[in-house]
Amino acid sequence: MTGQTAQNRTILKKLLLVSVLMFGFGYALIPFYKKLCDVTGISKDKITVSNTQMDPARWVTVEFDANLGAKLPWIFEPQTTSLRIHPGEIKQVLYRVVNLTDRTIVGQAIPSYGPALAGAYFKKIACFCFTQQTLKPHEERLMPVQFVVQNDLPKDVHTITLSYTFYEQAKAGAT
Amino acid sequence: MEATHAHGQDHAHDHGHGHPTGLMRWVTTTNHKDIGTLYLWFSFIMLLSGGTLALLIRAELFEPGMQIMRPEFFNQLTTMHGLIMVFGAIMPAFVGFANWQVPMMIGAPDMAFPRMNNWSFWLLPVAASLLIGSFFVPGGASAGGWTMYAPLFLQGGISNDMTIFAVHILGISSIMGAINIVTTILNLRAPGMTLMKMPLFVWTWLITAYLLIAVMPVLAGAVTMLLTDRHFGTSFFNAAGGGDPVMFQHIFWFFGHPEVYIMILPAFGIISQIIPTFSRKPLFGYASMVYATSSIAILSFMVWAHHMFTVGLPTAAQLFFMYATMLIAIPTGVKVFNWIATMWKGSMTFETPMLFAIAFVCLFTIGGFSGLVLAITPVDIQLQDTYYVVAHFHYVLVSGALFSIFAGVYFWLPKWTGHMYDEKLGKLHFWLSTIFFNVLFFPMHFLGLAGMPRRIPDYALQFADWNKVASIGAFGFGLSQLILLVVVLKCIKGGVKAEGRAWEGADSLEWTHLPSPAPYHTFETPPTVN
Repeated sequence: MTGQTAQNRTILKKLLLVSVLMFGFGYALIPFYKKLCDVTGISKDKITVSNTQMDPARWVTVEFDANLGAKLPWIFEPQTTSLRIHPGEIKQVLYRVVNLTDRTIVGQAIPSYGPALAGAYFKKIACFCFTQQTLKPHEERLMPVQFVVQNDLPKDVHTITLSYTFYEQAKAGAT
Repeated sequence: MEATHAHGQDHAHDHGHGHPTGLMRWVTTTNHKDIGTLYLWFSFIMLLSGGTLALLIRAELFEPGMQIMRPEFFNQLTTMHGLIMVFGAIMPAFVGFANWQVPMMIGAPDMAFPRMNNWSFWLLPVAASLLIGSFFVPGGASAGGWTMYAPLFLQGGISNDMTIFAVHILGISSIMGAINIVTTILNLRAPGMTLMKMPLFVWTWLITAYLLIAVMPVLAGAVTMLLTDRHFGTSFFNAAGGGDPVMFQHIFWFFGHPEVYIMILPAFGIISQIIPTFSRKPLFGYASMVYATSSIAILSFMVWAHHMFTVGLPTAAQLFFMYATMLIAIPTGVKVFNWIATMWKGSMTFETPMLFAIAFVCLFTIGGFSGLVLAITPVDIQLQDTYYVVAHFHYVLVSGALFSIFAGVYFWLPKWTGHMYDEKLGKLHFWLSTIFFNVLFFPMHFLGLAGMPRRIPDYALQFADWNKVASIGAFGFGLSQLILLVVVLKCIKGGVKAEGRAWEGADSLEWTHLPSPAPYHTFETPPTVN
């Protein structure tokens, strides 16, 4: 019986080790995926502007949208809600942001695009979303986005929606 | 209570002499049969709880428009229905079968780690209370779907933390249970019981247990990341901090896809015991069944992204996951053909377990086919998050996993209780369940193809008719399950005395070597298997 128990314990230890390793494997997936995306070039983070010749024959409507992440007590709105542009044309719009609280808050805006595939052709030259924004109590600010839509944008895309969501940066904030 | 201290460390089987009675018997028990019973009753209670949530969902969807609840409560219902059914009803039921049957089928006296077995079970009610209790905290229960996707799950109230904690506990319970089963099967087989002589139910559970050990820790990791993102300033999935919400889906489904096989492989095992018994023929293609089960398990690790075809995967990845997913149809097809070949020219009889097994083969195959449809990437992009998906996974989980559990309960009830169940009531339960099941879920294929989205409390008028039909089916199906309760209670109380070999065609050790009901302690000296 004791021989049996020892054998059982051996399997128990091995399987527990596997469980712990698999727990670690879950965490290892995160750097693994990041590396995979870098190597295969799936990431869309890199900004490479190419073929910026303006195409005057074509019109694209760009719509601007603004959202606030959970519980962020700010006002955040585009000054221009929509714009008709030619692909290849460099344009700038302003967003207004107001901190409604009595504390300093650090925020980070995250862009997204509709349709999602347009993101690859929408190149931002300057953007408040490139860095964190620190707003003092009741500070109001206008923030620019300078962009160009590449003229190899697929022909069936007539409208692009650029949507920003501001999130509070918990660690850097005053809280 | 003194009796709990009486038994030595390595002599769990001494425990039977003068063990506690009443409630403490169940709290302190280390007997695999007691623990199997606990698992099965727990699972039945969870089935009724999760089923009640489902009936509330169907009541709201009976007619278009908002009738009886607020939309956020509806979302809580769909989320908790999924979590309770997957982790509370289906998985514990199979562990209950493993506890009862695996030691008896391989000629072992008990599980390898009886005390750990006790812990594996008693963690479950704790997790279940956390899940059900979360309905009563401010903000209500988790409402972001049973898949707990970021970023929704990073927001929301304390109920999400309760859900995360419950998943941790369930994970620990499953891992301990799985380690116990693997060790029991590898070390405690009777002399002569080689791996390739094991009943197929034991084989499927051995493979399932390995799957559990491999993927439950990954789920635990994923929900731990959610927890630290929520409260400790990490940004695994938080876009604002450089994280990626899609990453959660990748990690979740690395667990999630093997999880669906965790819920179906033991079902294959039960069906592979029942069909040969009532066909009075050995299982056709035993070895190919074992290999098919193993290949399904291995393939299950390579198909997770078919749950995520719409997140923006590169085309090469979509193609890979589409073909890999379709590949699973091959070993699954081997199994279905083997079951049919087993029945071919057999002396078949149609007692309730066999009826459920045959319904399993037919209806599970429908679910398998709709799965193949969904595997086709362009079709999936069209059908993602529609009722077609709901129809698909209920065909594999209800008429698949749950029907196999019903079949197994009817099949082994004579061995567990020593009485034959009421065949008339059993057949009534079968026919009502099967008919109402189809009334409930078949129309969802039509709704999904027509574009009705899932997890929405209201719908456009053109979906009204089939939703009404589905809701009628839901109430019929739900109420039919009370018949099972009556059958089981009647069978425990009394009935025709069951013989040791209650079924003529049954040939595994629990039928050939043990009386019915199986004594509290069995195979203390192992049988010899030729």
